[in-house]
Amino acid sequence: MLTKRIIACLDVRGGRVVKGVQFVDIVDAGDPAELAHRHAAAGADEIVLLDITATHERRGTLLETVKRAAAKLFVPFTVGGGIRSAEDAAAVFNAGADKVSINSSAIARPELIGEIGGSFGAQAVIVAIDARRGTAGVEDAEVYVSGGRKTTGRSVVEWAREAEERGAGEILLTSMDTDGMRSGFDCELTAAVSSAVQIPVIASGGAGSAAHFAEVFGRGRADAALAASIFHFGVTDSRELKAELQRSGVSVRLPC
Amino acid sequence: MIAVIDYKAGNLTSVVKALDYLGAKEIVVTQAPEVVRTADKIVLPGVGHFQSTQLLQDLGLTDAVRESVAKGTWFLGICVGLQWLFEGSTEAPDTSGLGHFAGMCERFPARFEGAELKSPHVGWNSLEQVREDSKLLRGVEDAGFVYYTHSWRAPLVKDTVAATNYGGGFTAAVERENVMGVQFHPEKSSAVGLQVLKNFLEL
Repeated sequence: MLTKRIIACLDVRGGRVVKGVQFVDIVDAGDPAELAHRHAAAGADEIVLLDITATHERRGTLLETVKRAAAKLFVPFTVGGGIRSAEDAAAVFNAGADKVSINSSAIARPELIGEIGGSFGAQAVIVAIDARRGTAGVEDAEVYVSGGRKTTGRSVVEWAREAEERGAGEILLTSMDTDGMRSGFDCELTAAVSSAVQIPVIASGGAGSAAHFAEVFGRGRADAALAASIFHFGVTDSRELKAELQRSGVSVRLPC
Repeated sequence: MIAVIDYKAGNLTSVVKALDYLGAKEIVVTQAPEVVRTADKIVLPGVGHFQSTQLLQDLGLTDAVRESVAKGTWFLGICVGLQWLFEGSTEAPDTSGLGHFAGMCERFPARFEGAELKSPHVGWNSLEQVREDSKLLRGVEDAGFVYYTHSWRAPLVKDTVAATNYGGGFTAAVERENVMGVQFHPEKSSAVGLQVLKNFLEL
């Protein structure tokens, strides 16, 4: 049976893992390569590394980090941040990533999705969407870019559909409203996106307990869920989380 | 020498990295038929479109593989590499596979048993009916989890050595003497996947 995936996310800034609350307030949580291995050993189904401050000048640092992290990582490994062209993506794949996550650059030039997919396969392209609800709720949810600093005026559900049509392999949906709050995922928004597309949807933003994951896999119709701060400070690990999910009837990869 | 065939279908880094990690000696990433002919083992990875396997025919690699496997060279196809061992795929009807195993690869159905079925099939799914006589799956148990990402799948055949269920059963691993294939990604399937690759290296 296909299981629900638990994905450990490392937000990286200047070569260190950090975690913000609602996209600000940054706290240092360690070395990316070391944390990637630790998460994989602790039962994470996948690892995502997002360099939230990646710029052209600093790409070398990112590639070095990816290489180090990928060296002994035998679970799927996704890298995002600062990928603006098929060449940028190729460099990240050559360093050892299995998938890339693109966000602002896909909004700026949607053809990028097909360009990367054309060379590396659709399964290698994750379109990340940062979403914030409007006054009318889910229907009004808008896509934000540039690390959540700028609104695009685009509907989240429509952009997810377009990304799928252009050849995205998965959608990584982050709710900016719930991000870092540890009060649960935005299940309503996740379900709206998951129902609108055929490709898998990864829910992100708001993980605080095992019950939150069970909720987003059920009511939220998510195929996978991502957590960062919940793991870093030893709150729980993936194996513990999955054992609890299994007890509440969610199928997960156990033993792992 | 292990020849890892590069036919421009996705990313070979992970496969080579995993083989290297397991201590494989002399891994050669190649497009040259003469290298394939002299290899002790051949690995055909690949993610993406079945159409990309047309390059194997165009570069003379199909004939090289056919000759090599006929004289007993160990062969492992991964993902599209497994599908290519069958007769073909509805994904690219004009491109033939090796035809070593009977049957065509088909797309997952949009619906299964009355419910909508998401496609691609992405994530960790379990191996079922693992055959005890499989060399490739030695030490791999029923219900072991492996990582998949694909939209087309090979049918269950008499040489299927493990199945996975998603919209019905499909071939997770196939094996007849020296010719083997896995639909999942062993290089991304943690301990179970590394066991499979280790088994292949130790043949």
